[in-house]
Amino acid sequence: MSDVLLQTKDVSIRFGGLVCVSKFNLTVTRGELIGLIGPNGAGKTTVFNMLTGVYTPTSGDIRFLGEGTEGIPPCELSKRGISRTFQNIRLFKQLSVLDNIRIAAHQHTSYTLPEAVILSNRMLLQEKHILEKAFELLKIFNLGERAYEVAGCLPYGQQRRLEILRALATDPQLVLLDEPAAGMNHKETQALMETIGFIRAKFGITILLIEHDMKLVMGICERILVLDHGITICEGDPKKVQSDPKVIEAYLGTSQD
Amino acid sequence: MHTIRRTFGLPLLMLVVFGVLDWFFPKMFDLYIQTLIIYCGINMILAVSLNLVNGFTGQFSIGHAGFMAVGAYISAFLSVSFPNWAGPFINLNFFLNTVIGGLFAAVAGYCVGLPSLRLKGDYLAIVTLGFGEIIRVLLLNVDAVGGARGLYGIPKYSTLFWTLTWVFICCFTIVRLMRSTHGRAFLAVREDEIAAEAVGIPTTRYKVIAFVISAFFAGIAGSIFAHFLSYLNPSIFTFLKSFDVVVMVVLGGMGSISGSCVAAILITLLPEALRPLQEITKIDFRMILYSLTLIVLMLTKPQGLFGSLEISDLWKKYVRRSASN
Repeated sequence: MSDVLLQTKDVSIRFGGLVCVSKFNLTVTRGELIGLIGPNGAGKTTVFNMLTGVYTPTSGDIRFLGEGTEGIPPCELSKRGISRTFQNIRLFKQLSVLDNIRIAAHQHTSYTLPEAVILSNRMLLQEKHILEKAFELLKIFNLGERAYEVAGCLPYGQQRRLEILRALATDPQLVLLDEPAAGMNHKETQALMETIGFIRAKFGITILLIEHDMKLVMGICERILVLDHGITICEGDPKKVQSDPKVIEAYLGTSQD
Repeated sequence: MHTIRRTFGLPLLMLVVFGVLDWFFPKMFDLYIQTLIIYCGINMILAVSLNLVNGFTGQFSIGHAGFMAVGAYISAFLSVSFPNWAGPFINLNFFLNTVIGGLFAAVAGYCVGLPSLRLKGDYLAIVTLGFGEIIRVLLLNVDAVGGARGLYGIPKYSTLFWTLTWVFICCFTIVRLMRSTHGRAFLAVREDEIAAEAVGIPTTRYKVIAFVISAFFAGIAGSIFAHFLSYLNPSIFTFLKSFDVVVMVVLGGMGSISGSCVAAILITLLPEALRPLQEITKIDFRMILYSLTLIVLMLTKPQGLFGSLEISDLWKKYVRRSASN
C-alpha cells in the first residue's frame, strides 16, 4: 500500500471570471497533520469543497488512494474514506446526539428496506453493532450522558466536538476539519488541541485542518500550507511559515515605517 | 421461531383483530358509521404516506391526489374490465388489483421523484402540483376509463377489514422504516442535505425512495376509495384533495405518524360532527367552523398536534412526569 493518501495536481477552480483557487498542489501522506491557513477569502473552504466532491475543479486532478475523484458524489467519497466538518456547524439539529452519530454509520449497514420492515436478523445485528459503536465513540468524547439530548441544544463547544465525532463515525482515513476552533475560547481551544492529538493517536487518522487560531495551528500541525487569493504562497513546517515574509505580508500587509 | 414471531407476530394478530371487527361491526353500527370509518382509514393512509415525504424527508409535495388517482383508476379499471382474472376469490382479486394500482402509483412517484433531485421547497411543490393536474387532465381525456363521464360500475370490494388492514400495513411499514438506518437517512436529508451527503448518505436516492413509498400507499388508498365509492371521476382528484392531505399532515405534526392518524380522523369527522348544527340553525356553518377550528389549532399549536413526537413518546413523557410528582 502506498503511503500517499491524497494528491492534488494543479487543481484550479473558477466561478465565472473569478479564479478562486489556482494550481493547488498538495500531497498528503498517511498519518500527517497538515494545516491550511490564509486570510479570509483565500479559498481554503473551496479547497475542502473540491476535495470532498461538492465542487468539481475547473482543471487539475485530485487523487484519493490513487484513484481520480472527478465526478464522484460527496456521499461516495465519504464511503471511500474522506470525512469532514463544516465551518458553520452543520449538525442534524433536531435529532438526538446519538442519531447524529448513527446516521454517520449509515454506510456500514447493508440491510435493505424490506429487511428493516420485517426486522431480519441481519438488520438487528447491524443496528446493535451501530448502537454499540456509537456509544463507544460518545464515551470517548465524554458525550455519553447526552446521547438522548437534541443536538441543537448542546452548548457550542460540544456541538463542535459532536461534529468532529460524527466525522469520525464514518470510519474515515482522512478527516478535513474546517475551523474546528472557531468561536471557542482559549480553554476550549486547548481542550480541542488535546482532542485532535488524541484522535490521531487513537484512530491513526490523517488530518487536514483549516484554522485561524495560530496557536492551535502552530502548536499541532507538522506541515502548513498558506493560501492567499487562491495561490499557495508558502508551504513548510510552522517555523518556516512564521518567518516567511510573504506570509507576514499576506496577513499584516507591508510595513509602513 | 423467534424470528417468525418478531416479524409476523403483530401483523397476524392484527389480521385476526380486523377479521373479528369486520364480522361484528356491521351488526353493531349502521352503514353511516361504517362509511365514516372507511373514509377515516383512507385519509389515514394518505396522511401517513404523505408524511414520509413532507414530514420525515422534508420535501414539499402537494401532488398526492395524483398518485391516489393513478392507484384508483388502475385498480378500478382492472376490476371492471377483467373481473375475477386471478380466480374465483373476490378478496384475492381485490388485493392483487390494489397492489397493482399501488405499484403503478409508485412508478409515477419515481417519475416525480426524479426532478425532486434538483428542486427544493416551493419549486418542488409546483412540480408536484403540476404533476397532479397532468394526471387529472390525462384521465379526463382517456376514453377507456370513461373520460369526463367517469368510471362507473366498480365492484364494491372495499370492506372494513381491507381498509383497516391497509391502514395497518401502511403505518407498520413506515414506523419500522423510521426506526432503521433508512429512516434516519430520511431525517438526515430533512435536517441538512449537505451534511447528510458528507457523512455518506445518497440524498437523491433517499428522496426518490421516499416518493416511491409514499406514492405506493397513496395508490393503495385510491384503490380502496374507488372500490368503496364504486364510481370514479377525474374531478375527485383535484389539487383540493392534495391540500386536504397536506392539511392533515401539518395539523398532526410534520414527522409524527400518530399525529397524521389523529389529524386524518379529526378532519374526516369534524364536518360530520358539525352536521347537527346545520340542521338546527338551517345555515351551513360547517365550513366556517371547520376553517375556524383549523386556524385556532394552527395559532395555538403551530408545530401541529403532536409536533414530531409519537403517541408512545407522549406516553413516556406522561409516565415520567407522574413518576417525578
